[in-house]
Amino acid sequence: MDFFQSIDWMQLLRCFVVGGLICIIGQILIDKTKLTSARILVIFVTTGVILGALGIYQYVIDFAGCGATVPLLGFGANLAKGAITEAQNSGLLGAFIGGVKASAGGIAAAVFFGYLASLIAKPKIKKQ
Amino acid sequence: MKSIDTKKEYLDYVDQKSPNSPILKNCFNAFWVGGLICSIGQIIFDFCQYKGLDTTSSSTIVSIILIGIAAFLTGLNIFNKIGKFAGAGSLVPITGFANSIVSPAIEYKSEGYVMGVGGKMFTVAGPVLVFGISASVIVGIIATFFV
Repeated sequence: MDFFQSIDWMQLLRCFVVGGLICIIGQILIDKTKLTSARILVIFVTTGVILGALGIYQYVIDFAGCGATVPLLGFGANLAKGAITEAQNSGLLGAFIGGVKASAGGIAAAVFFGYLASLIAKPKIKKQ
Repeated sequence: MKSIDTKKEYLDYVDQKSPNSPILKNCFNAFWVGGLICSIGQIIFDFCQYKGLDTTSSSTIVSIILIGIAAFLTGLNIFNKIGKFAGAGSLVPITGFANSIVSPAIEYKSEGYVMGVGGKMFTVAGPVLVFGISASVIVGIIATFFV
């Protein structure tokens, strides 16, 4: 198939390594600081917003592709990027619209699939 | 046994007694599982580009598909097992965000669909959205006035 020949393997390797390294940062936070997972998610998204706003994260995205956009840092960076782009286009209104608009797909998917899964799956009884 | 008077002594005592988590092994598992999830994303992304979609749409499709897979695996109770093995490897990618929404949604089903599923869905993801969106609005306001 044409598609498999068109895959850039070096790009895939960079994606794998950078994505993995970001997860190692998370793992060190879990093991060394006893932060709850909710706090870690918040830290990652907020850091992503800051790095995205400063334009630093764009370099990581250019280098690693999905290795940078799939981790939650990328979710945060996407929020920031959306807010800035929309703010430049339509001013203060855009500041409020941009972030959520850019990440609406992910949020809506999570809510929808979450609801769908709750319809189908049975809650498990915790076995210890 | 010597008595424990201060909070610090107590923390030292806990550190001494709790098993050392094998941090190197955890990091290795987090590395390859996280890398693998990102690589699956990259392949989906490449496929979208191959089909002629633009970068923004492709990224959104990657998020939606990965979230869908994570939700499906959470429903089958497979994701929790991956999470136990990989730690941050499945938590830090967008799959962790999906799992944080889907898992309580299923768990609190017994409390009803409105306040159980609908309300408890955001116990972990709520803070993420609150801080993420608030930060993005602040960034947007700054961008409006200063850039």
